[in-house]
Amino acid sequence: MPLRHPWRMFGSAVVLALLAWLVWSVYTNPNIDHAAIAKYQFAPAIFRGLRVTVELALLSAAMGVILGTLLAVMRLSPSLVLRLSSGIYSWLFRGTPLLVQILLWGNLALLFQHIGPFETNAVLTPFVASVVALGLNEAAYMSEVVRAGIISVDQGQHSAATALGMPRMLAMRRIILPQALRMIVPPAGNQFISLLKATSLVSVIAGGDLLTQAENISSANLHTIELMLVATFWYLVLTTITSVGQFFLERRLGRAGTGIQANP
Amino acid sequence: MVRAQGVRKSYGREQVLKGVDIEVAAGEVLALIGASGSGKSTFLRCINHLERIDAGRIFVDGELVGYRERDNGLHELSERDACRQRAQIGMVFQRFNLFAHLTALENVIEAPMRVKRESRQEAVEHAMALLQRVGLSAKADAYPSRLSGGQQQRVAIARALAMRPKLMLFDEPTSALDPELVDEVLSVMRGLAAEGMTMIVVTHEMAFARDVCDGLAFMDGGVIVEQGLPSEVLVRPQCERTQAFLSRVIGK
Repeated sequence: MPLRHPWRMFGSAVVLALLAWLVWSVYTNPNIDHAAIAKYQFAPAIFRGLRVTVELALLSAAMGVILGTLLAVMRLSPSLVLRLSSGIYSWLFRGTPLLVQILLWGNLALLFQHIGPFETNAVLTPFVASVVALGLNEAAYMSEVVRAGIISVDQGQHSAATALGMPRMLAMRRIILPQALRMIVPPAGNQFISLLKATSLVSVIAGGDLLTQAENISSANLHTIELMLVATFWYLVLTTITSVGQFFLERRLGRAGTGIQANP
Repeated sequence: MVRAQGVRKSYGREQVLKGVDIEVAAGEVLALIGASGSGKSTFLRCINHLERIDAGRIFVDGELVGYRERDNGLHELSERDACRQRAQIGMVFQRFNLFAHLTALENVIEAPMRVKRESRQEAVEHAMALLQRVGLSAKADAYPSRLSGGQQQRVAIARALAMRPKLMLFDEPTSALDPELVDEVLSVMRGLAAEGMTMIVVTHEMAFARDVCDGLAFMDGGVIVEQGLPSEVLVRPQCERTQAFLSRVIGK
């Protein structure tokens, strides 16, 4: 007979009961119009928003990874100027709320009417402003993730690459970063999920994302809760896909050459 | 081949090297012995400028390492020049330091291809010959984590030789190995010495020092205390500190 855990079973029962009650009370709530949910769950406007959300997340994540890696390498550079610039960048972008940054980028035309020969509002459309705001912010966080990954690589790998006559940047690209990747992927996946959800903030500058579309519809028909539930569903779908992708990526990286040397 | 004059180095307040002088002729194999913390590994890392020095000069093949002499003193070389110098000096580490994400063969061809711009075919041919020489051609496609310590160290030697160095530095190459794996590495090194490679070997293997090395230097407290033929220093050490160290090591 396996050991019984009566308290654990009791706790599980309570949790399940609470969960069932919550689902039931939402489902049977007379204030929710289920027909509205069904109508908008797969509406073209919602799909347009979904597409913008995915594009925003992918573009700003790419920007965050590239710029973040650059910032991390700068942060670890022997040059004081580079270290300092990277530090100030992180300080600025991590030290202010993302929502404020999005509003600043979205309203930049109030500050500069022109960027070079171009009109600000023509270049910095709500979509572009959103990518810039999210990407620059993401870079500040990614730089810390990448930096931690680089530091985790054994110092002996630096020594060996240097002793072979490899310049710092070559060693970074060919030897250090590939090995840092294993340490970078789990927190980077976490970052990406945060970013996916943070894209919803661009609704404040009419970024055209999923939440913007849901709000546009609900402000016309007043089905606020229904459209938020529609959006919630799609956000969960996106984050679930991301988590599954992260799982497979980690498994793949774990299989290739490990960062740990075998016992001598 | 190697000439060091008054090499000094400190980490913060702690002086690790207090004026090291040494000369190693081309084709000579020098054993560098001493207790841990005596500065021998640090000195070795200064020879290829992995560590900066505070004073003194190190010449390899007549060329000042890591610095350029100008009217008002020493100026550190640009990264490119320092890399060019390092590419001519092979180094083997205590912990092997093979690139963990690359196979044995990829470890060996990486620097020749990326630093010396050899073609892939050329680099692979040379690498396979070197792996054969250290007895590991069958393991060319194995990742380091699948190799024993002795095998990893032999790949590391092949990796250093792939750059066709004129000098090889060994930093306690067998200290991290299980006793039964020491000989396979030492025999590769013995072969190198027989071919006339100039080598500086930081080691605790007194038998290797006696049988293979042409010279032996004992370091203590950041200076070279005693230097001479291995047979003489090991059998009749002149200095008290050398005597004390050897009786500790050999007495065991």
